[in-house]
Formats: sequence, structure tokens, C-alpha cells
Amino acid sequence: MAAQSNKVLYGLYNDEEDLKSAVKVANAAHLDIMDVFTPFPVHGLDPLLGLKESRLHYLGFIYGAIGATFGFLTMSWIFTRDWPIMVGGKPYWSVPAFIPITFEMTVLFAAWGMTITFYTICGMWPGVKANTLDDRITDDKFCMAFDVTSASDADMDGIKGFFQKTNAAEVNVKTI
Amino acid sequence: MSQAIAPVRHVLIEGNKSYHQITEDLVSPTEKSPTREWIVAFGLSAAFLALYVFAIVWTVWKGIGEWGANRTINWAWDITNFVWWIGIGHAGTLISAILLIFRQRWRTGVNRAAEAMTIFAVICAGQFPIFHMGRVWLAFFIMPFPNSRGPLWANFNSPLLWDVFAISTYFSVSLLFWYTGLVPDLATVRDRAKGFRRKVYDTFSFGWTGSAKHWQRWEALSLVLAGISTPLVLSVHTIVSFDFATSVIPGWHTTIFPPYFVAGAVFSGFAMVQTLMVITRKVLNLQEYITINHIESMNKVIVLTGTIVGVAYLTELFMAWYSGYIYEQFAFYNRVFGVYWWAYFGMMFCNVVSPQVFWSRKIRRSIWWTFFLSIVINIGMWFERFVIIATTLARDFLPSSWSYYRPTWVEISIFTGTLGLFFFCYLIFTRVAPVVAIAEVKAILKIAGDQYIGEKANKNGNGKH
Repeated sequence: MAAQSNKVLYGLYNDEEDLKSAVKVANAAHLDIMDVFTPFPVHGLDPLLGLKESRLHYLGFIYGAIGATFGFLTMSWIFTRDWPIMVGGKPYWSVPAFIPITFEMTVLFAAWGMTITFYTICGMWPGVKANTLDDRITDDKFCMAFDVTSASDADMDGIKGFFQKTNAAEVNVKTI
Repeated sequence: MSQAIAPVRHVLIEGNKSYHQITEDLVSPTEKSPTREWIVAFGLSAAFLALYVFAIVWTVWKGIGEWGANRTINWAWDITNFVWWIGIGHAGTLISAILLIFRQRWRTGVNRAAEAMTIFAVICAGQFPIFHMGRVWLAFFIMPFPNSRGPLWANFNSPLLWDVFAISTYFSVSLLFWYTGLVPDLATVRDRAKGFRRKVYDTFSFGWTGSAKHWQRWEALSLVLAGISTPLVLSVHTIVSFDFATSVIPGWHTTIFPPYFVAGAVFSGFAMVQTLMVITRKVLNLQEYITINHIESMNKVIVLTGTIVGVAYLTELFMAWYSGYIYEQFAFYNRVFGVYWWAYFGMMFCNVVSPQVFWSRKIRRSIWWTFFLSIVINIGMWFERFVIIATTLARDFLPSSWSYYRPTWVEISIFTGTLGLFFFCYLIFTRVAPVVAIAEVKAILKIAGDQYIGEKANKNGNGKH
């Protein structure tokens, strides 16, 4: 996502348990982890990284509420104001008959709204170039990355030492 | 693990897999040249698709009169096929959404393919009502939007319009759910690819990196989409049943229709999943991911929903008798013993009697029985819709207008053509994307891989936790 290039020092672990214990060590040593990349969602990692629960579902509720309101009010306006139509002597404003479409609009808005929000906040769209550190991260490697753009040699050595201590299988530097 | 795990775990991934081996096994089918079986199947599907296109062009050119539907039996094969396809789609959502909410981990082996099946089945289903409109170039009239025709709005009180909303919502939400699940796996394919292939997968994987925050949001999104897809899938077939249930036709206007249609949809959908999975696992060599345990679990769902459907059939007959209303009684007498008696008994045999053999564990775990019965059930569920629609209409209120319906070659071509369309899409899907959700399978490896649990558990091997 970042426009300017960053120098990144990253370590690859062979197992998610190794990664999790490494995160604990990094936290204890007050190392500033840039990001962690894994081939699948690793449970128990988010609290260690200090990631707060996603608020996406609150938005889902709001989008759904907008959809329900929009659907119901549109039908009400059309059938009472714009184009009242008599169906078998039933009232123009026939609320029970509006329920199925109101429900579908709720689901439609919630699903599309949340999905679009998800891709937007993650900075993911067709044509976005993936700044992957290593091709094996989507296969079987668990990666921890540090931003070392402005780090001193002593800092670099400290992080490399940390990777060695926590059994990282590989340590590399890459500019992304 | 912070989640609840069933005390008795089943092995869901066989063969002592490592994470890398999972990637190899699941991505390699998209990287190799197609096999001869695939090419033959694809050619055959393409031929049927061509037949479909021809029959549709014929219908549009000449008009609906080319179909066997008549003034009395004005809904026949088209709506039968529509309901049949929609029903087939339901298993995909059930597996991906409802089983996710119930934390049934066996879903991971089959959810991707089942969701793809949902999308393709809904595409096939949509063809029928659209072309039944006759003047298909005016099909956009069903969409309510401000217009210069009055404004002339669609009738929001009509279950047919509810159907338009239900099915288009269902299609688009299923597509979002499926594709969002697919994005990390497409990234896996991307990272193994080179050159032009890499560029293509780069575009379709949206720049996925596997960052922890992205995974967290991805999981949150999947869970909420599953949560809203669950009532959605129930609503879709409920609304399809409203097409009949809100009418005033004896044999149609029954309150049992919504649950009965939903159960029937799940029943037929699982049968179609079995048909596809039994072939897919063999052809793509995925027996260790789509195991006999998966097949057995789905057969259990089939015997349950088949029995629910059977109870619904009998309840209908009982209620017709118990109502004391002669028109209702006649409608059901006619359904069982009337001109289409063979369809009724075909339905009863295929849907109610045949799945009962799945009470036997041996048969549930037999590939051949599963495949054979899945075909029988698919046929039976098609008969069910035909029985409800054509049989009921054939004997309406006026004996002078009673009629009999036979499909013409055009209708037969359109129906077999949609089968071609369905398999055409499915076969392309097996070539371009992993048919088993790679990331989800990796996530359950340590709780369901045979080297971690069960008899073969390797205590001092790579099972670290």
C-alpha cells in the first residue's frame, strides 16, 4: 500500500507455533513488529500482536439497516404516492407483502457494503500489486517483518539476533 | 485453541500432510495440462451448451408456442427446471454458511466446490423464468427503477417479484462470499506462477499478502456473510415456494410449502454435491481431502432431509383428507392416481424410499452406492417439482379445459442444455482455481490431520502443540 519504498528485514518460520512464541519474545524485548504474514489465519495471534477486534460487523449492521430502510420506504412511497395500485381490494400500504423484499434488500446492502469496505480498508483491488516479501508465505512459511528503513546497524544486528534466538528458518532483507 | 472443538475428532485430512504438501496437492491440478477425461467431458458439455444456445435462439425467434406448455398447463418444464436448479444451489450455501456457523470442520473439504456449484446452478435456474417471459428483450421491466413508462413500477405485492429480488440477492451474495474465500488461495496460485500466468493471478488475487490484520478482517467478513447467508438461503426457497403457496390453486396453496421446499432443496443440493464430489475427488486425486468421512457426513444429511421431505409428502396427503374439502381432496387424489401417477410414484420411490438405505453405515461409506443414489435423488427431486407444477395444473377447475402436457424437443434441449452450461462452468472452475479451500484446510490440519489425531498420531513428529 505504501507509496514510498521501505527496507524490510524479515524472518521466516516453519510453524505457526514458532511464530507465536517469537511474537511473545519480540513483545518482551519491545521490538516494533511491522507486520506478520501467514498462509492461513492463525488463531491466538491477534491478541499477541495487539490487534483489536475488527469493527467490520458493526458496519455490516449499519449497511443492513440502510438497505432495510431504503427498500421499505421506496416500496411505501411507490405504492402510496407515486403509483398506487389496487390489488384485490387490499390496502395500498400492504406491509406484510413488503417484508420479503425488505429482507432481501437488508442482506444485499449488508453483504455488498461489507465486502466493498473490506477490500477498500485492506487496500485490495484488481490491479493492486502485491508487495509480498516471499513467495512461500502463501504456501508454508510464517513471516515476521520489521521496518528497518531508518535503523542503525546495531538495531539490524539486534533484530537478526532475535530471529536467530527464536529459531527463524531464514532471515532476509527486501525493499518493498 | 479458543474455539469449541467436538470431543470426538474425526480425521479430515489423510496422508500425513505438511502445509507445503497441501499446497502442492491442491494447486497442481490448475498447473498441469488437462487430462483426456477432462477434455472429453468439456467437449461434451460444450456440445450441450451449444444445443442450449440453439434452442434458446429458436424459442426467442419463434416464441413460447414452441414449448409444450398450453393454456391449462401454463407452467411446466421451465418452472420445474427453475425450481430444480435453485434447489441444487442451496447445498452450497448450507455447507459454506450454516456449517461454518455450527463449526462443522468437515465443510472445509467440500465448501469451495459446493459454493461454485451454487453459483453455476443459480445461473442455470435464472435462464428459465427469463426466457419464459417471452419478449425477453423487455426483461429489464422487472427491475423497479424510475422510468418514462408512466412511471410503471413492478408489483411489489407479487411473489414473482419477490423471487426476482431473492434470487438476484442470493446470486450476488453467494458470489461475494465465494470469491472472497477464494482470494487468499488465488494468491497461493499466483506465488507459484511465473510470467503471464502470474500477472493474471495477480489481478484476480487483488494484491493479497496474508497480513495478520487482513486475515482478521477476512475471517470477520466470512463469519458475517455466513450469518446473513443462512437466513438468505432459507428465504430464497421459501419465496420460491410462495410462487405456489400464495396462489389459490388447490394443491398449491398450502402452508407446509416453505419448510418442505427448503428441506427438498437441501436434499437435492447435497445429492448434486455428492455426484460432483465423487467424480472430482477421483479425477483430481483429492481422496485425502474429500475423504469417505466427508461423503458419509453428507449422506447423513441426505437421509435426514429425505425423510423430512417424505414426512411432508405424507402430511400433504393427510391434510388434504383431513380438510374435508372435496376440491383439495380431488387435487391430491389426482396427484397420486391421476394421469401423471407415474411421476408421483417415481418421486416417492426416488426421494423417500431410496435414501433410506443410507441408514446402513456400509452403504453410506460406499462410493458406488453414493454416486448411484445421488443420481436417483436428482431425478426424484426433478419429479417432485414436475408433480407439484404440471400435475396440479393438468386438472383445474373446469373439466372442459383439462389437458395433458408433453415437452417438445425445444424444452428438452433447453433443459439438457442447462446441464451442459452447468458442467461447462464447473469444468472451467476446476482448471483455474483450487477446488478445495487451501487456507481453510491448512488451518484445520493440526486438529484434523491424521498425523496429529487418531490412531496414527505421531507423538514425536512435527505435531508440536
